[in-house]
Amino acid sequence: MSEIVVEGRNIVRDYHVQGGLFTKARTVHAVKGVSFTVEKGETLAIVGESGCGKSTLARIITLIDAATSGELFLDGRKVDIARERMTPDLRRKVQIVFQNPYGSLNPRQKIGDVLMEPLVINTDTPAAERRDLAVEMLTKVGLGPEHFNRYPHMFSGGQRQRIAIARALMLRPSLLVLDEPVSALDLSVQAQVLNLLADLQDEFQLTYIFISHDLSVVRYIADHVMVMYYGEAVEYGTRDAVFTNPQHPYTKVLFAATPRADVESIRARLAKKKAA
Amino acid sequence: MALLEIQNLVVEFETAAGPFRAVNGVSLSVDAREVLAIVGESGSGKSVSMLAVMGLLPWTATIKADRMTFAGRDLLAMSNAERRRIIGKDIAMIFQEPMASLNPCFTVGFQIEETLRYHLGLDRTARRERAIELLKSVGIPEPAERLDSYPHQMSGGQCQRVMIAIAIACNPKLLIADEPTTALDVTIQKQILDLLVSLQAKHGMGLIMITHNMGVVAETADRVIVQYKGRKMEEADVLSLFEAPKHPYTKMLLSALPENAVGDRLPTMKGFVLDDEAAIPGAAE
Repeated sequence: MSEIVVEGRNIVRDYHVQGGLFTKARTVHAVKGVSFTVEKGETLAIVGESGCGKSTLARIITLIDAATSGELFLDGRKVDIARERMTPDLRRKVQIVFQNPYGSLNPRQKIGDVLMEPLVINTDTPAAERRDLAVEMLTKVGLGPEHFNRYPHMFSGGQRQRIAIARALMLRPSLLVLDEPVSALDLSVQAQVLNLLADLQDEFQLTYIFISHDLSVVRYIADHVMVMYYGEAVEYGTRDAVFTNPQHPYTKVLFAATPRADVESIRARLAKKKAA
Repeated sequence: MALLEIQNLVVEFETAAGPFRAVNGVSLSVDAREVLAIVGESGSGKSVSMLAVMGLLPWTATIKADRMTFAGRDLLAMSNAERRRIIGKDIAMIFQEPMASLNPCFTVGFQIEETLRYHLGLDRTARRERAIELLKSVGIPEPAERLDSYPHQMSGGQCQRVMIAIAIACNPKLLIADEPTTALDVTIQKQILDLLVSLQAKHGMGLIMITHNMGVVAETADRVIVQYKGRKMEEADVLSLFEAPKHPYTKMLLSALPENAVGDRLPTMKGFVLDDEAAIPGAAE
């Protein structure tokens, strides 16, 4: 039906840990042969616990890190950053938003400069136009032109995450990788940022790869879900298929462990407690 | 008689811009054998009010309360020495960051035995035995060997288990858990919550669970207090809170849960402002 924005075939990433005086060198298999495809305008959620390789996969898709083996296709073109140089053209295709909005903005850089920097590095847009684009993007993410000359410390966590999203969108990428974008935020702010992401996806026809450990967020935002466990994709399918009929035992464990906040399960728990 | 009773607690911090009121007239009580959840977003004063009970706030804080008693004894009037005999023994606390709350320079065995030595005055062999028993009760395999491990040799979930072992070492009457599972994965979170609730039931402790996670509240609490900007918004038993939240803030908090999404956008709290004049039904008793 629609075009495929990103495709991974059998992606493997090993890290070689150097031996010290008393330890042997060893190889950590962070990602063990993961394949996926995401179509334009869709959201693939990657779920897993710490150490399962989901952030490593995110780094590979964002072209920060090269895969040890396997093929990555962006907009139908094979990309291998271990062999070819990173070009501005490639950079424009995919951008990332990190988890910690406090750590991912330079405290000594004004918001306007934060937003204009991707343009300075990757394009030859004139300065005046850069400024206009940055102001435009600020309003798109729910901030205003008055925030242009402020520093990151003057913003709340939710606002900083909006800034990080704005920065990622400055190059108008087709693919946005979101590495736990809302897990550091309060519930009410999380809702606002999720809504913003949904609005932006509609407006720019964005494709999202959404990394998260929070199943309730994933269920809300994803079209397809991949569950990772020790570097392997143990479950991969549409959201409804994964949530209504999980196949792999690990997925079932994950669902069973997720706290449920509905009235029926509270009732069941209280009844059980009374009986005990 | 309630185990812990607080009336009209006010905590202020001295800042360059004048006093900042982190907790503004909160009253609460916990009974023995009860799980009370205090839920709120960051800045709601939920941790600060419990740190005030523990006496762990820095000197810049001024604590005022009409009444703050533990098992009938006035916590505000007693001397520091007297208070130290209660804190860590009868009232214990578990913190959010298990890796950061243990001392990296000492073995976990030393850190568990420290509490036993100070509060119970057990001798060396009795301490060792009790420490092994404690590690076993929080579900750490090979407890005798693990006593000689350092915190960095253990995972986050295991460190949190050690923290719980330290907290329950002297059979406290009240356990305060400040976001005990926020830093942990969901499968580990489930194990820790199950452990806390089973220990609470087994020892008949009062348990105060501070959290921002509505799921954790739903899975553990008997009674819930919702706080916002240092004030108590609503207090209810867990079922009525989720079934029929009375306060608009609680309603918004529950509707912001992604699983409660209606349509393709989440309801947000844009424009929710609490002013001092607004007497909101159910907010104050």
